[in-house]
Amino acid sequence: MDAELRQIEDETLREIEAARGDRQALQALQVRVLGRKGLLTQILRSIAALPPERRPEAGREANRVKDRLSSALESALRDCEETARPADRIDVTLPGRMEPRGRLHPITRVTEEICAIFSQMGFERVEGPEVEKDYYNFEALNIPKNHPARDMQDTFFVSADVVLRTHTSPLQVRTMERRRPPVRVIAPGRVFRRDSDQTHTPMFHQVEGLWVDESVSFGDLKGTLTAFVQRMFDEQTALRFRPSFFPFTEPSAEVDIRCVICRGRGCRVCKETGWLEILGSGMVHPAVFENVGYDPGRYSGFAFGLGVERVAMLKYGIDDLRRFFENDLRFLAQF
Amino acid sequence: MKISLSWLSQYTAIRRSPSEIAEALTRAGIAVDAVVDRFRYLEGVRVGRIVGLAPHPNAPRLTVCRVETGEERPRSIVCGAPDLRVGLLVPAALPGAVLPDGTSVAETAVRGVPSEGMLCSAGELGLGADRGGLLELPAGLPVGEALHRALGLSDPVLELDLTPNRGDCLSLIGVAREVAALQGTRLRLPRVRLVENGPPVAERAAVAIEAPEACPRYVARVVEGVTIGPSPFWLQDRLLSVGMRPINNIVDVTNFVMLECGQPLHAFDLDRLADRRIVVRTARAGERFVTLDGRGRTLEEGMLLICDGRGPVAVAGVMGGLDSEIRGETTRVLIESACFEAGSVRRTAKRLGLPTEASRRFEKGVDPTGTVRAADRAAQLMAEIAGGRVARGVIDAHPRPWTPQPIRLDLERTARFLGVAFPKARIRRLLRSIGFEVAPGASRRELRVTPPPFRPDVSRPEDLAEEIARLAGFDEIPVTVPALPAAGVRPFAREELRRRLRDVLNGLGFTEVITYSFIDLRDGERLRLSADDPRRLPVALLNPIAEDQSVLRTSLLPGLLHTLRFNLDQQTRRVKIFEVGKVFLPRQGAELPAEPERLAGLWSGPRAILSWHERETPCDFYDLKGTLEALLDALHAPEVRFAALADAACDATRPGRSARILAAGEVLGFVGEIHPRVRSAFDLKQEAFVFELDLEALERRVGGLRHRQPVLRFPAAVRDLTVILDAGIEAQAVLEAIREAAPAWLEQAGLIDVFSGPPIPAGERSLTFRLSYRSGERTLEDSAVNAAHAEMTARVLARFGGRLPG
Repeated sequence: MDAELRQIEDETLREIEAARGDRQALQALQVRVLGRKGLLTQILRSIAALPPERRPEAGREANRVKDRLSSALESALRDCEETARPADRIDVTLPGRMEPRGRLHPITRVTEEICAIFSQMGFERVEGPEVEKDYYNFEALNIPKNHPARDMQDTFFVSADVVLRTHTSPLQVRTMERRRPPVRVIAPGRVFRRDSDQTHTPMFHQVEGLWVDESVSFGDLKGTLTAFVQRMFDEQTALRFRPSFFPFTEPSAEVDIRCVICRGRGCRVCKETGWLEILGSGMVHPAVFENVGYDPGRYSGFAFGLGVERVAMLKYGIDDLRRFFENDLRFLAQF
Repeated sequence: MKISLSWLSQYTAIRRSPSEIAEALTRAGIAVDAVVDRFRYLEGVRVGRIVGLAPHPNAPRLTVCRVETGEERPRSIVCGAPDLRVGLLVPAALPGAVLPDGTSVAETAVRGVPSEGMLCSAGELGLGADRGGLLELPAGLPVGEALHRALGLSDPVLELDLTPNRGDCLSLIGVAREVAALQGTRLRLPRVRLVENGPPVAERAAVAIEAPEACPRYVARVVEGVTIGPSPFWLQDRLLSVGMRPINNIVDVTNFVMLECGQPLHAFDLDRLADRRIVVRTARAGERFVTLDGRGRTLEEGMLLICDGRGPVAVAGVMGGLDSEIRGETTRVLIESACFEAGSVRRTAKRLGLPTEASRRFEKGVDPTGTVRAADRAAQLMAEIAGGRVARGVIDAHPRPWTPQPIRLDLERTARFLGVAFPKARIRRLLRSIGFEVAPGASRRELRVTPPPFRPDVSRPEDLAEEIARLAGFDEIPVTVPALPAAGVRPFAREELRRRLRDVLNGLGFTEVITYSFIDLRDGERLRLSADDPRRLPVALLNPIAEDQSVLRTSLLPGLLHTLRFNLDQQTRRVKIFEVGKVFLPRQGAELPAEPERLAGLWSGPRAILSWHERETPCDFYDLKGTLEALLDALHAPEVRFAALADAACDATRPGRSARILAAGEVLGFVGEIHPRVRSAFDLKQEAFVFELDLEALERRVGGLRHRQPVLRFPAAVRDLTVILDAGIEAQAVLEAIREAAPAWLEQAGLIDVFSGPPIPAGERSLTFRLSYRSGERTLEDSAVNAAHAEMTARVLARFGGRLPG
């Protein structure tokens, strides 16, 4: 009997090895050896026919073999389940089901970024009408009718006294008319100029900023705009404040940054100058304060205006302004 | 304004390189756009040596020259000049060169003989007056070298981009004053040596000013016995160096003096002035006049005119008249050197569409004290150049003399304003360097500063602060960081809403677009808006740039539809886009239109990006409706409903496939399929679905988060309900009836299947709803749920006359 048991044990272990991975063969083997009519079951039953003194030992041995084989079979069957069969395999390189996320327009992105930086500097957002009175767009900003400065901006007219705003600067006046200092606001929005070519679109976007309080200085203007530029581009970006002229600021400063493309060596984008004009700024003109009923002897402040498209072009290396309003999805999908 | 550095050096020594001067001027507020050497055009002109001469076979007066130009082989050039000889060095312009008179040199054939260039005279090269013979170059020049290098010709020209406040820099002397101040050199004004050897001027002419507000000063001089002819080379060269064309010696002198000192001058033929009188007056409406460009002009009332004893002879400060212009036979000249009021000149030049060199200067303000000097300078040069005698004395009609306007400069305030305290001595030195008078003020902390007459832009202490800062250099002002307010920044509610909208729509696969605020007037018609629809009455531009951008948009749809069209043209077939922006609606009795803000979206093309997962299906109404449901759900909009839009109310969208969107009873906007006729009007080759929402309505209906509902912990009992109903009954009505008829513990009810077709009779359909019942207090018993469900079912069936299947 012992020999018989050994033989069953050895053969079955060999067959398990041979059937490894084949669930059906293993299950058949399980039935053939351990089933109700299986080989081992028959041997176990035959123990009863042995002389009593041999029964205990034979029983122990038979049970040992049974335990060993059933655990070997179970483990082989578990392996089967845990290793994928060919039919269970999928091609994980096939594309998944997906709906691509839509994108923000780059102008929105950049406007949000600009506003976020100024918001952290304590500037509050305000907005105003895009169709504007001549008074707010020009007169109150110290640009009387028949002033040569009107030539600086080609204007769309709705009527003799109503225009499409040519800049976001009317928000300076509208805000100061409603509030007393300290005033610290940022005003993004669409603006319009009657100009259309490779470098001009009749509509574009600006962000206006204004800070008025007692004793705000030109140094504060430089500090604020330097902090902004270095956050917007990088900490290494050099700035150049250049005297200029805007009727509603005095002194006025054009702010150039070191060309972000060539780092100042000179390239097509900066017209070989190494500098890029990026925003206009200045100390609020006393005449503007007088127009809104602020005492120019008591208050001072600075204002600035920034072209969003210009910043976006520099940030994303876009070479043609018109791309922004064509809305080619292949372009927009890149943001 | 162009400034030749060699001319500029007549008024101050040039101590720095052209690029340094450009940088210094730019940093002082006089932007230099470019520095271009005016002799650069000679790059294409080489030093050539004549190595062979042969008579032209077909033209007795022409010669075929063989000319060495430093290239591989000599060039064959046909030339008509006399005195040609072998060995001579001459300027040879190679094909491609463009000469100052505009001649563009090319390889040609002259009467059958090829000519590979052009031998030039001094006149042709802009290097002298002689146009007769070739410019003979000194022996020893390197053959083949570009002519300007060989001759050492260099004259950098600064191209200034002047701001409108700096009229004083529209002159060589004005720019020289700035350069002198920046370099620390001296400004040298030209000495005027005038020999007055003619008769007293009063015997020759008279001036009367009838409009003193518009003409505060009129100075006249008379020069007699002039001979009109071309100017000497030096004078022509000066004008050419800054881009002005020489005309004749008298006109050239007036232009030269204007460029030199900024005072526009006009020269009249004195013998063509009736009564030899000048009258300065305003025009009467409809008066007509021919300007010297030969065009007839109708004048408007109030325009300032220069008249003689009979009528107009010039539009003051803008342009002279044809009748009194200098001609070949002119012998007596009246020089006008006047001051005209800036606004008056600007208005007139603008109305006539006639900006001129003179008007550009007058409208920015001309030095009222410089008129006599300019007239003297012109008279002197005319006498020297055109051989005239200057009448004794000057007519100076001066009804409104200039008075200096001193400014009190508070030094402490200036220091606070600029953020830096410059020493008093430095401020004094800086201001004096550009011609300001600086005197002690009322106290030690004050200065009394008088701006010079050529700086009408400076009138306040802030203006002086700017002059100080720009001359010291903005770099000298320290960067300070202002203190932040402790209380944070109020958020802007509308922007918060926009951000949420954009974010949700991006997440749902919609890309943001930005389209122009102006559209085509015909877009309203293309949208099938009825003639009395307010959206058909847009705000129109008086001066649009193009017809398709002539009115302000009253809807965002045209922009989206044009964008769809553009993308289809680029072969992008799947388009999911949205825009947030204002529309413009005129308001009765208000100057400015209303500017309500809208959100519009468009979906066209396949529902999903093409993939192996499923067959491509075009998107439909329910795709876009689902987008809106998701959007409004994310915004927690209450009681959202979609109500079918009556056929008569459908314009841009298709009847039967359009809906109004409501939240808590308020209309937010609409959604629908683009009407086939609108589709063809916008030339779209595929179906498109659109929505438009009003942001103000949305803002009213979208609160923040309301108080949370408790999450119920007892198990739910789920039951389905299938009813067969008339197909015309809206699913929403049935759903609402279910909610009404169900017990309070109905937690959720949703439509999960719609079926029509056999075995269901035509005209009917079956709707299957899944309902989930859940109580907050106990586990519901099956029997209770079944009873309530059955009762609800009965009431719904009774309400709509439906039945259960089977």
